[in-house]
Amino acid sequence: MEDYMQYMEDMEIIESDIMDKVLEESLNYNYDTYTQKDVIEALETQYLTIDNFKALLSPAAENFIEDMAIKAKEEREKHFGNSVYLFTPLYISNYCENYCIYCGFNCHNKIKRAKLTFDEIETEMKAIKDTGLEEILILTGESRKMSDTEYIAQACKLARKYFKMVGLEVYPMNTKEYEYLQKSGADYVTVFQETYNPLKYKDLHLAGHKRIFPYRFNAQERALKAGMRGVAFAALLGLDDFRKDALATGLHAYYLQRKYPHAEISFSVPRLRPIINNDKINPKDVHEKQLLQIMCAYRLFMPYAGMTISTRERADFRDNIISIAATKISAGVSTGIGSHANETQDKGDDQFIIADDRTVKAIYNAVKDKGMQPVMNDYVYV
Amino acid sequence: MDNTDKLIIAGREFNSRFILGSGKYNVELIKAAIEHAGAEIITLALRRVNTNDKENIINYIPKNITLLPNTSGARNAQEAVRIAKLAREAGCGDFVKIEIIRDSKYLLPDNYETVKATEILAKDGFIVMPYMFPDLTTARDLVNAGACAVMPLAAPIGSNKGLAAKEFIQILTDEIDIPVIVDAGIGRPSQACEAMEMGADAIMANTAIATAGNITQMAGAFKKAIEAGREAYLAKLGRVKSKGAAASSPLTDFIHA
Repeated sequence: MEDYMQYMEDMEIIESDIMDKVLEESLNYNYDTYTQKDVIEALETQYLTIDNFKALLSPAAENFIEDMAIKAKEEREKHFGNSVYLFTPLYISNYCENYCIYCGFNCHNKIKRAKLTFDEIETEMKAIKDTGLEEILILTGESRKMSDTEYIAQACKLARKYFKMVGLEVYPMNTKEYEYLQKSGADYVTVFQETYNPLKYKDLHLAGHKRIFPYRFNAQERALKAGMRGVAFAALLGLDDFRKDALATGLHAYYLQRKYPHAEISFSVPRLRPIINNDKINPKDVHEKQLLQIMCAYRLFMPYAGMTISTRERADFRDNIISIAATKISAGVSTGIGSHANETQDKGDDQFIIADDRTVKAIYNAVKDKGMQPVMNDYVYV
Repeated sequence: MDNTDKLIIAGREFNSRFILGSGKYNVELIKAAIEHAGAEIITLALRRVNTNDKENIINYIPKNITLLPNTSGARNAQEAVRIAKLAREAGCGDFVKIEIIRDSKYLLPDNYETVKATEILAKDGFIVMPYMFPDLTTARDLVNAGACAVMPLAAPIGSNKGLAAKEFIQILTDEIDIPVIVDAGIGRPSQACEAMEMGADAIMANTAIATAGNITQMAGAFKKAIEAGREAYLAKLGRVKSKGAAASSPLTDFIHA
């Protein structure tokens, strides 16, 4: 099995000390040492220190969830007013060469695999465009062979014809490849680190490029070096100790923003749902309360950062979180391959089951009903 | 107020000295700013102009309002120039507010790139109003580059912190002959009033009204505050002694007549 800390031959190595800084903090984070007093201090601070952020992610802060939400809402208003950005993901391929034991797309799972042709991609895009959306996130499974850079670049060029804003959530790449995709029309790169605990990471990612922890960690930095405008971060909360993973996610973004001050920063907050009716209380489970705590902590630590709430969460949670911490909401979502247009229905299986299948129109109206302003685009490609 | 007291930018006259920023827009805010704050100029981020969005902001702005498209999203002069040209092509007119930001945390403007963009766009016939950090040397460079007004920030954008840069804005209002429009950071009507008393020519605000409990009422409050500040400035503020009263035996009575 490959050494998970050793770069493979085709992987670019960049000069960066950010991973070491993040891991130093997250692996040594002892959240049980934080008290109510630390939480109150963090809530009274305007520009939070790393230590304040740690206090807000600690179990002690769970008793202050209402105070955190109130302050998060204030910060959200200051930085984003009542705007809520709408977008949808488009899965163009679900082939994958990685073996991640928790993922429905992994290479050992016998699922229906598919890759859209360019005609099919365009059909899907037209169907999405008809819903009024202006922003799209292109996703692939992580297969360099089945969805190579050229394939993704062509998809970006097609997307530029229909959308104002094009984001990517694909396998990590080298700087030159990101440069090519940026020139092809994409400007935002999302990479989920899944877990920032290297040992857990090693046990969960058994094969493929994804196994290499540092290469994945440095993906956002390579994307920024390549001229991408923004990058997004996430840990799959619940894979490991979510408090440490949330801390690491925040610090990953924080240190990169300090190094690249122009970078637009964004967070996603995917979680593994706890098993319902499980008698054993697992302190590492991420229930809605913990999810809200994490989102508020991100909002207070980096009040200017974007935050996306996915359809993994139920409608009512999403409708409420958009005025407290999240800034962006997906709408009209399907995680299957080719399911936006009738002609391309269900070519490949879904990555995960969604909890909010409302149409763009329904989400649009729900946002308005909350007194918020749905915004389809806030971006100009230059 | 004296109705000959107009805000003049590049030869165009405006009765209102309130400019609505549109970063955190909603339809209610635009309506309130026009009807209750008397706004005649509304900024508009080109990146928010959507050709086919049913909530397209442009549809909510009456034709008699002057659009001030901004270059929000630009990270350098070259990008600002491109965005300004796109705005002109989109029918937003010749006004442009230059915003060049290379800092996603504080959103502070890049003065150096802003001067470069101002020079290029002014030569191209734009009415250029640059957003800037309040620095006298930069303001003079902007005047020389062809700016029609300067828009110094009072405090970090969206911070509602008021006139954090008061001393430096005062220097600009004292030394710069083109309109000085205080932009960003104004959180309350009293702060807008104070800036006007100091000699600012106009105030731009957005967050303060957008996030108020009652948008309409706050729009009206800003209108009154800006007008009061302007009137106080024109009336010339009364003399306020810094240290005690005047001595009964003047210091200078030793001189011969």
